[in-house]
Amino acid sequence: MYVLSAIASLATLGLVLGWLLAIAAKYLKVESNPIVEELEALMPGSQCGQCGFPGCRPAAQAIANGEAPITVCPPGGSALAEQFAALLGVSIDLSNFEEPEFLIAKVSEDTCTGCTRCFKVCPTDAIVGAAKQIHAVVADACTGCQKCIAVCPTECLQMHKPEVTLRNWRWQKPLPEPVGAPA
Amino acid sequence: MGEYLMLIVGTALVNNVVLVKFLGLCPFMGVSNKLDSALGMGLATTFVLTLAALSGWLLEHGVLIPLDIGFLRVLSFILVIAAVVQFTELVIHKTSPVLYQVLGIFLPLITTNCAVLGVALLNIQQESGFMESVLYGFGSALGFTLVMVIFAGLRERLALMAVPVLFAGTPIAFITAGILSLAFMGFAGLSPK
Repeated sequence: MYVLSAIASLATLGLVLGWLLAIAAKYLKVESNPIVEELEALMPGSQCGQCGFPGCRPAAQAIANGEAPITVCPPGGSALAEQFAALLGVSIDLSNFEEPEFLIAKVSEDTCTGCTRCFKVCPTDAIVGAAKQIHAVVADACTGCQKCIAVCPTECLQMHKPEVTLRNWRWQKPLPEPVGAPA
Repeated sequence: MGEYLMLIVGTALVNNVVLVKFLGLCPFMGVSNKLDSALGMGLATTFVLTLAALSGWLLEHGVLIPLDIGFLRVLSFILVIAAVVQFTELVIHKTSPVLYQVLGIFLPLITTNCAVLGVALLNIQQESGFMESVLYGFGSALGFTLVMVIFAGLRERLALMAVPVLFAGTPIAFITAGILSLAFMGFAGLSPK
């Protein structure tokens, strides 16, 4: 008897509360702009803040409201701007758009004190290390957001051009040569 | 009427839920960095606590006692509190997105605020009537909000002080909380008992 009434009362309670919450959720629904969700899904999502907004979602909201240009995201570069243009149905002239020079952070091992401040702020967990150990930057994961540069107490983190390795080396584009030019 | 007033004053000041009964210390330390968020948290908890005390009494006298299943008290109270918190979250998300962002994870964590469950259970233990239960919940929540606001104000000023390095941050906050608790012990003189 106890068991039955316990099961019945808890199940009823759960059902009634769930039903009430469902009704409340329907009436108190927060309308969000679906375009913001789509823009945010295209973004890198590392919340690096290079655009000047606190994160990717505020930046997506600003783009959707027309308060920010679609070229606002530096890590995304021109490729992301083209995707935004296609999604929003606006034309974009990228002939004047300068691809920002891609720099990544690098630890100078002479001056690193192993203070761990840099990898606490890294949005992509690209810095490895431990307390009082010299840190290192995983070049593939660094998005060049420069957050670590600001917190480094010894200025041992600096931005460098990424090293050319076998993994990221690309064949140079051929130089445009006029037809029939002497070899 | 005077009796009810005494009850509110008694629960808010004399038997303050945070500083005398030491319930709900987690939001007390966690969300007291800024005055605005502390006030928001206090108001959200006030809403939840009052509703939880009310629905706890209804549940106890409407379901648990008639069916003689008092052993399900904690379980069913937590269920009701979780639902009330979810409802509060919906309301805050709708009415004040800024507060929703400021409170962040601490909003759903009101579910595990021991003050909420504690007050609902204390009501049952003291065999209070319906009005007494609701006022007990409301008074406790008022006390909680008051202490949150006072403590957040203290911490905002503390942030500007030259605190010795060893005490800076959380340790000085704990010491401040202790002194505040001592001060609230002084209200014990108000109690008629």
